[in-house]
Amino acid sequence: MSFALDKSKVPWWVSNLIVPLVNLTLALLVSGLFIFIAGENPYQAIKLIIYGSFGYVEGFAYTLYYTTNFIFTGLAFAVAFHCRLFNIGGEGQAYIGGLGVFLVAINFSFLPVPIIWILSIAGAFIFGAAWAFIPAYLQAKRGSHIVITTIMFNFIASSLMVYLLVDVIRDMKQMGPHTVALPKELWLPSFKDFAAFFGIKIRYSPLNASFLLAIAASLFVWFLVWKTKWGYEMRAVGHNTQAAIYAGISPYKNIIIAMLISGGLAGLLSINEVLGVHHKIVSGFPAGYGFTGIAVALMGRNHPIGIFPAAFLFGILYQGGSEVTFDMPNITRYMFVAVQGVIILFSGALENLFRPQIESFFVNKLNRQAKV
Amino acid sequence: MVSPILELSNINKSFGHVHANKDINLTINKGTIHGIIGENGAGKSTLMSIVYGLYQADSGTIKVSGNEINLKSPRDSIENGIGMVHQHFMLVENFTVLENIVLGFEGEVIFGKNLEKAKIDLKKLCETYNLNVDLDSVISDLSVGFRQRVEILKSLYRGAEVFILDEPTGVLTPQEVDELFKILRSLKEEGKTIVLITHKLNEIMDLTSEVSVMRQGEIVGHTKTKATNREKLAEMMVGRSVLLRINKSKTHRGDVAFKVENLIVKDDLDVARVKNVNLEIHAGEILGLAGVTGNGQTELLEALSGIRKVESGEIFLNGEKISDSLNLLNPRELKEKGLAHIPEDRQRMGLVTDFKASENLIFGYHDQEPYSKFSIMKEDKIFDYSKRVMEEYDVRPRSPHLMTSNFSGGNQQKLILSRELNENPKILLIGQPTRGVDIGAIEFIHQRLIDMRDKGAAILLVSVELEEVLSLSDRIIVMFDGKIVGERVNEDVTDRELGLLMAGVV
Repeated sequence: MSFALDKSKVPWWVSNLIVPLVNLTLALLVSGLFIFIAGENPYQAIKLIIYGSFGYVEGFAYTLYYTTNFIFTGLAFAVAFHCRLFNIGGEGQAYIGGLGVFLVAINFSFLPVPIIWILSIAGAFIFGAAWAFIPAYLQAKRGSHIVITTIMFNFIASSLMVYLLVDVIRDMKQMGPHTVALPKELWLPSFKDFAAFFGIKIRYSPLNASFLLAIAASLFVWFLVWKTKWGYEMRAVGHNTQAAIYAGISPYKNIIIAMLISGGLAGLLSINEVLGVHHKIVSGFPAGYGFTGIAVALMGRNHPIGIFPAAFLFGILYQGGSEVTFDMPNITRYMFVAVQGVIILFSGALENLFRPQIESFFVNKLNRQAKV
Repeated sequence: MVSPILELSNINKSFGHVHANKDINLTINKGTIHGIIGENGAGKSTLMSIVYGLYQADSGTIKVSGNEINLKSPRDSIENGIGMVHQHFMLVENFTVLENIVLGFEGEVIFGKNLEKAKIDLKKLCETYNLNVDLDSVISDLSVGFRQRVEILKSLYRGAEVFILDEPTGVLTPQEVDELFKILRSLKEEGKTIVLITHKLNEIMDLTSEVSVMRQGEIVGHTKTKATNREKLAEMMVGRSVLLRINKSKTHRGDVAFKVENLIVKDDLDVARVKNVNLEIHAGEILGLAGVTGNGQTELLEALSGIRKVESGEIFLNGEKISDSLNLLNPRELKEKGLAHIPEDRQRMGLVTDFKASENLIFGYHDQEPYSKFSIMKEDKIFDYSKRVMEEYDVRPRSPHLMTSNFSGGNQQKLILSRELNENPKILLIGQPTRGVDIGAIEFIHQRLIDMRDKGAAILLVSVELEEVLSLSDRIIVMFDGKIVGERVNEDVTDRELGLLMAGVV
């Protein structure tokens, strides 16, 4: 028998904690089955994942490094999604953002370093936003679907960057498609530097100060979406465009603003990659983070508080997964792409598979308690 | 020999709190054209969707030619000889007429013999009923009138004996209407049965032999068309329930506060829906705009409130020109000038149901102090304000943080009403103020409107509820087919007279 459940009676922790956890557990069980079929012990694999991502300082640092990237791209997707725009162009926006970082860092090298950092962040944001502007304009004015245009802009960004990296901004002293390295004083302090400051010696890991920027970006998004007039208007347009027009809120303006902020946040990924890790633009540095960010945002219910743990989870999978593929010969890198896929499937597409049952279970249980 | 082909008994259907069909009993005789008339929202389309298997009734039985049947999907209805021509055609635009007609009934994997046979059958049908449709033309090349014929042909081909036509003339030109009526008459002559759903009295009188009138989900009368006339039908349609008592003093009419000159407005399909409308509203006056739904009131309201573009004409607010075809103030600018608008379709336009109640209570005023300052929302101020108005307007439950979708329909309405009335606008445009609101709230809302009038507000009240217009308005204008067809002072008009104006009879 089916009956309509009174949504207002479902406690927040059931829909926002229990349901995602159940979905995640199921996804892990199915993934375990994959590993079993591939001829390895799932239990051992889990142990390796946990050891790889938490077991030693550098491993944990790697986990947080991946988390940083996922936070940026997850936030980027979430902001656009609040205006019901499916921005899948994070990949391209991040890539072009890198160009902004590099140009700022090269051209303003006469300024004090902290100022260059701030300008680089602005550069990453502005270049990422600019790359999102054209699809945004086309959506707002011409109704060209943002999914189509942003994915095409990923390819354009990729081709453009290959051209630039080969013919224009390549380090001409060598043949690889990357730029010259930035001066050492511009490199963001790494986790290793932080540890050394406190007298702890650890080995290299890519984790750097961008992680703090990611946390700041999360706060920024939370404040923007829920505490400001702009967030209010963006959400109004996203939920009910007709009502927005009635209230004098311009859908056109808000689509553009949402996409600019979204593109800008995606652009910030390049702060981590260009200023923090590679210290130059290398070809293809967004490496799929833009796409995984979609899953992170959906899993995190497009809220910074949800995006952080979701990004962390994917960080664990990335780092722990590489540990597993290293130690288990039967498990390839692609296996972990499949595991990611299963998690996305269960927490995204099948998100409502067990939701009604779980919610009504808890509502009934609470009702019974209330009666007693 | 009269024999019933379709018998409905005790059909009930509810959507949430709305009882769309209440204990419907209806018998339709074979070989007749049976009209079902009623205002929009009276439940006609719901009833016919049940007969066609699109909805399942909550209770009741349906008999076709005396046999009780269980309709689960349109397929069941088609098998029982029931065909439907929807208001919005169900055709694949880039298929040919032939492909559309055989769709779902192809009967073979690769087109060949069956398709040829279908073509021959269809040609015969076209000749018998004078349909005159070219089977090989693509739907998107056909005019609306011809698309409708394709729908009729489709039903014929599938062996329909009963044809349900839902507002078939709404989209047609007068010439196309004549052609359609010819076709319907020839169908009847061949022994087919036609159920015509409409709110247009002329069509009923022209075409039908029997008519059933629906009002608020119930059938309020059956009659032979010959035994009635337009006036009687109009009365039945509009209803004559007891007027609500309103304490209303005589108005102290001030200067003209709002003025519309030669206004023409087109809808999304580029059809003129408001045709050269002139009106004036004085301060301290309620101007009632009566009319059957779909005669341009919606477009008029949208144009006056800055949502819809003005094709030509001018709008003045306190003598200042605010809108014409070149320049349209947006709703927010109009709000700043003291114009509030409560839209007809409130859930769709007036609210964001995924917002918290408090967020909806400032919707459209969100960038004004004290609700926001320097673009940052002042949540505590919004909360206090929400608490207060929810108390004042008795919105239940009184939880500003609750998601709006969790409020009942009536309480959602109150959220909008309280938001707009609380600002004490100088000019208020209000569409269907009490649609979907419970009796207690109706009285409250009416009293608020009178109070506002007494304080000097100019109010335009658009309503399809004649009683409401009569009990609140000082002056009444009637809109029919996009034009103002009459203006009356409330004291010397009867609801019968208004009903006739609304139906375009006089």
